[in-house]
Amino acid sequence: MSCIVLTGIAGTIGRLLARQLHLDHEVIGLDRRDLPDRPKDVKVYKLDIRRKRCENLFRRHKVDAVIHLNIMHDFRKPQAELHGFNVLGTQRLLEYAANHGVRKFIFLSTANVYGARPDNPQYLTEEALLLAGEGFSEMRSLVSVDMLVTSFFWKNPEVETVILRPAHILGTAANGPSAYLSLAHVPTVLGFDPMIQVLHESELVRAMVAAVEPGRRGIYNLAGPPAAPLSALVKYLGKRTLPMPYAMLRALAQRAWQMGVAQVPPPELDFLRFPCLVDDSRARRELGFQPKLTLPQTLDQLKRSPAYRQGGRRS
Amino acid sequence: MNDNQFDDISSSPHLDEYLSQFEDWFRDWGDKEWENRVLSSGAARLNEFGYDPFGMSPAFIRKVIPFVRFLYRAYFRVTTHGLHELPTTRLMFVSNHSGQIPLDGALIAAAVAVEGRPPRILRSMVERWVPSLPFVSLFMTRCGQVLGDPDNSRRLLENDEAILVFPEGVRGISKLYKDRYKLQEFGTGFMRLAVETRTPIVPVAVIGAEEAVPALYNFRWLARLLGAPSFPITPTFPWLLGLGLLPYPVKVHIWFGEPMHFTGDPDDEDEVIDLNVEKVRSKVAQLIARGLEERGPFPFSILGGIRP
Repeated sequence: MSCIVLTGIAGTIGRLLARQLHLDHEVIGLDRRDLPDRPKDVKVYKLDIRRKRCENLFRRHKVDAVIHLNIMHDFRKPQAELHGFNVLGTQRLLEYAANHGVRKFIFLSTANVYGARPDNPQYLTEEALLLAGEGFSEMRSLVSVDMLVTSFFWKNPEVETVILRPAHILGTAANGPSAYLSLAHVPTVLGFDPMIQVLHESELVRAMVAAVEPGRRGIYNLAGPPAAPLSALVKYLGKRTLPMPYAMLRALAQRAWQMGVAQVPPPELDFLRFPCLVDDSRARRELGFQPKLTLPQTLDQLKRSPAYRQGGRRS
Repeated sequence: MNDNQFDDISSSPHLDEYLSQFEDWFRDWGDKEWENRVLSSGAARLNEFGYDPFGMSPAFIRKVIPFVRFLYRAYFRVTTHGLHELPTTRLMFVSNHSGQIPLDGALIAAAVAVEGRPPRILRSMVERWVPSLPFVSLFMTRCGQVLGDPDNSRRLLENDEAILVFPEGVRGISKLYKDRYKLQEFGTGFMRLAVETRTPIVPVAVIGAEEAVPALYNFRWLARLLGAPSFPITPTFPWLLGLGLLPYPVKVHIWFGEPMHFTGDPDDEDEVIDLNVEKVRSKVAQLIARGLEERGPFPFSILGGIRP
């Protein structure tokens, strides 16, 4: 029974994780959003992680572990706010963790920080450079935060730091990949059909619970079931792809982004052309991570989610 | 001697030999049993949708086979030499590279798939600019070709697959007609990898691809502008546009050497690694010399079959 601070508890992954963790641990949530349906024994502080008052939480409780999920992925937000919230917030949390004797710090990053590039090796290991920010300024804050926690991992050996870089997460979460695959016609780039790794959110939650175990530390890619081409995923979902020449798709994406219609900026199209696949053998070896769902099962789960049935309209 | 020569030209066996190259085309080459044997060799690594971890699709290859068969049997009338029993474990084929468009890779892969015993799928390592090309990259990936990154090669070899590398790289493929069959410098990466993964190396020489797309001049600045490794001027390219890059139907010989084994420290100094690289390079050079000698003088060399 240890005390875990869970930031971003009001998000989909946060709620799922809290439901798992509160059975064995004391869970304290930290989020600036509301969390209506929480387990009774979970305390939630409605605070912005950038606020100094968050430190009181660490003074009041003997915190053993911090799980940091409170990262803003909304690329529509101004760069300054994205960067401020993500980098500054994470920096503060790391400070509290170091100053208040927290033994474990778990951070949820993403495999997208490696970037989709034509010269990527088929499977990227944890040692690969984080190049997603190149030509994709909106990704930069996510890369910075990952690097920030990585340097904390090296500088503070007394804190067991775990960084998870999962592939595209599918499920009930209203995230980019789920919304993209929920579209009635899935736009793709003509002449390209990259291999894609998807991971169901329940698998991610299991990996995070495994990371809480004492002694586990390091940077881990999470990939889930074997990769498959984008077109095969779309076909399994019973939908059609809408292939468009890159130049045309890019122009459309550019216009949509400027008009504020699109949720993703044009550089994200590279993920529809080039591979960004990760090798998760380290997580399998050291965290005992073993995906339970096969690829078809993962896609079936996606089909069942309410957001998918609405055709990918974002919440 | 003179009599003999006269006999040779007038007698029919040599004409038959020439014609038999074309007859091969009509023989059923890709019979279902063979196809299944080749395509099932990597079946364990396929996912639920029938793709391997590198995006290869046996179902797709099945569709491409008739086209490759046409290229292999009818168009280039490929003859292989020295391709005997192949080990079933990891294997690295090292070949000379030529012909502006990487047809040599396709022909070697076809040779190993058809005439190798047992038939094997050869994964060739492609240039770094290929993945950024629409359609081309997709086609190559589905056929089992992989970006030539050391990480990728290591992963394939550790899965006991057979890979094909061209250590000359762009230097080889973009050289001019006047430099044909002059083996360019070899990189050392392939040797470090072979030593590290304890992979036997099979030296290969492709004879004929060099004449298939004879480059007279290479517009380097134009190539850089297009992001391509070279922009060749051939007798027909770019005058006939894309069609001009169509290789000429030259008779192709592929020579295979005996597997070579190397041991040592993969992180050794360049000088030490270079010694082993030189052994492979000179073996390939020997095979080229032998192949050029055996195919006889022009024009029989590129027509094949009839020898003076």
